[in-house]
Amino acid sequence: MSQNLLEIKNLHVKVKEKEILKGLNLSIPYNETHAIMGPNGAGKSVLSNVLSGNDNYSITDGQIFFKDEDISDLKPNEISNLGLFMAFQYPVEIPGVTIMNFLKTIHESKRRANGLEPFGPSDFLKYVRKKAKILGIDDEVLKRQLNVGFSGGEKKRNETLQLLVLDPTLTILDETDSGLDVDALDIVSNGISGMKNNENSFLIITHYKKLLDKLNPSTIHILVDGKIVETGGPDLANKIENKGFEGFN
Amino acid sequence: MNKKINKPTESDFNNPYEFGFETDIDTIFAPKGLNEDVIRFISNKKEEPKWLLDWRLESYTRWLKMEEPNWSSVRYPKIDYQDTYYFSAPKEAEKPKSLDEVDPKLIETYNKLGIPLKEQEWLAGVAVDAVFDSVSLGTTFKEKLQEDGVIFCSFSEAVKTHPEIIKKYLGTVIPNTDNFFSTLNSAVFSDGSFVYIPPGVTCPMELSTYFRINAAGTGQFERTLLIADEASYVSYLEGCTAPMRDENQLHAAVVELVALKGAEIKYSTVQNWYPGDENGKGGVYNFVTKRGDCRGDNSKISWTQVETGSAITWKYPSCILKGDNSIGEFYSIAISNNYQQVDSGTKMLHLGKNTKSRIISKGVSTGSSSNTYRGQVNIHPKSDNARNFTQCDSLLLTEKCSATTIPYVESKNKTSTIEHEATSSKISDDQLFYCLQRGLDEEQAIALIVNGFCKEVLQKLPMEFAVEAQKLLEISLEGSVG
Repeated sequence: MSQNLLEIKNLHVKVKEKEILKGLNLSIPYNETHAIMGPNGAGKSVLSNVLSGNDNYSITDGQIFFKDEDISDLKPNEISNLGLFMAFQYPVEIPGVTIMNFLKTIHESKRRANGLEPFGPSDFLKYVRKKAKILGIDDEVLKRQLNVGFSGGEKKRNETLQLLVLDPTLTILDETDSGLDVDALDIVSNGISGMKNNENSFLIITHYKKLLDKLNPSTIHILVDGKIVETGGPDLANKIENKGFEGFN
Repeated sequence: MNKKINKPTESDFNNPYEFGFETDIDTIFAPKGLNEDVIRFISNKKEEPKWLLDWRLESYTRWLKMEEPNWSSVRYPKIDYQDTYYFSAPKEAEKPKSLDEVDPKLIETYNKLGIPLKEQEWLAGVAVDAVFDSVSLGTTFKEKLQEDGVIFCSFSEAVKTHPEIIKKYLGTVIPNTDNFFSTLNSAVFSDGSFVYIPPGVTCPMELSTYFRINAAGTGQFERTLLIADEASYVSYLEGCTAPMRDENQLHAAVVELVALKGAEIKYSTVQNWYPGDENGKGGVYNFVTKRGDCRGDNSKISWTQVETGSAITWKYPSCILKGDNSIGEFYSIAISNNYQQVDSGTKMLHLGKNTKSRIISKGVSTGSSSNTYRGQVNIHPKSDNARNFTQCDSLLLTEKCSATTIPYVESKNKTSTIEHEATSSKISDDQLFYCLQRGLDEEQAIALIVNGFCKEVLQKLPMEFAVEAQKLLEISLEGSVG
């Protein structure tokens, strides 16, 4: 078994005939937190979507290994059930479906996909309440329709709740800090920190430093124009904060 | 719904020849076609009084002069009414002998709905001696209902035991001049349910065709009459969530509801007749006339329907809001897949003062199906302060399906308030990807989103029914993912 949870080799991706990722290489070992920073249009969101199996993007070359399995041809749900979670930058609304119902459906489906019996209703309720409490989400919110009429911050908190409930091996946080005020950022980042263990890993995608200060990534990758142009320690984030991305073209 | 107790009893199955035309045991089918002799025969077999026979014959005479309606959006080959059997028991030889002979897809559906084996046999029409646990709960229900004075029996039985009520109400909501299909039903109706709730009584349980022991095989021309006397309440469930194997192509049922002063009727239907195969072959033609009369002041009639079956659905459960302050409601989910055609909706006729109506229709189309909502809201000149709210939402899942909303609104009273909202949407790629990223496969994702879309109506169903209906939606949408 490779020591890397995720390994991306020479990844080329096109969106409507335009090449966005141009030979991207990236490795994330088990039990590490990494961050990708980069300017707008560098391909950050495309990368997270491709890793999640979104078929609006076509992989023209390269490979993506997740838990030693090539996932470049897998469907989003297959990748998800292997243990990859993406917290969306813009979570969608699903009218008529309550948060509770959605959580129950996805949790059951994941348990089944992994050959496990789903929780009984009361066990599941206890399980969700425990996770919701960490994020300061009360029962009334769980009865609301998924993301319908939610503020940006509420949506991100709800994404984090799904993350805690599914407890994946690799979590991609796609601009999770955008739209969050300081208090909400604290709650969300504490929740995420609390789920860290010696098996799971995190990939934080952002252009700001504030979430990084909370989650303390060991490694920072700079993504510019479809490639990782530099990889380094936490200091790299400070450099970006002070000087921007201009020095990396 | 507790499957263990809602069984037909053995007697339903042991007499397949009971309604045969002749005593010769080999002749099971009545001769094809329709004439006065056939109607006389039906009436005679049921030992009906002369006034009812006369009513049937009068209906038949009127029907001969009527033309089949062609204003709806459904298209089907011309029906030869002389090539149809009226009043016959299914032929034993054509029944499957065991579940092994039944279409495996049907069995798969039963298993998904969690229907016990014995009940599967009943639904699939397997020709076995009835082996249901013939628990006497059917009788227990009856006794409990009798204590409260509720009458709940087959229509034929009611003609014998309560002719005065039948005579008073039959055809008063849907006259035998009403329309081609209801008039045909009036001439040849086979059987159905009869319900009477006495004044001031709240019916102590949900009445269901499941509970009525002789529900099996009521056939293609079902006739139901339900009367809620003053200040009474009843909730009635019709149909079952599993697809019924049925050889009859043509169904023309009639349901009449009467709500007297202060009475409330809640009528829920889950219709899941055989819809035909994925190529549009076979399936039931369902031409139904359902109408409720809010005859007394402060009365209320509420229709809730989940329509997923039949090749063709032509159905407009309606309310006549005659009493002052009366309320009519229509909550509908219509799902069409493959080559199904649905033309369904409601009519709200406001006659009394301060009458209110509410229409919520959810249409989901997939495959190559067509799904039309057709509704009529009519405010009479004397109906002061009438209010209507209509909301029609359509969800389309494929490029080949269609959804149409046709509202007719006519108000002859300036004090009325009429609101109409309509939306048409598709499941977005973003919604689908979001659900898939959380680990659901496409069919699960679509079922979840569709359930959310239909929620407002699903909530109107009695609890146990709602759970089964949700599962049914999932099954009805199967194969809708391209």
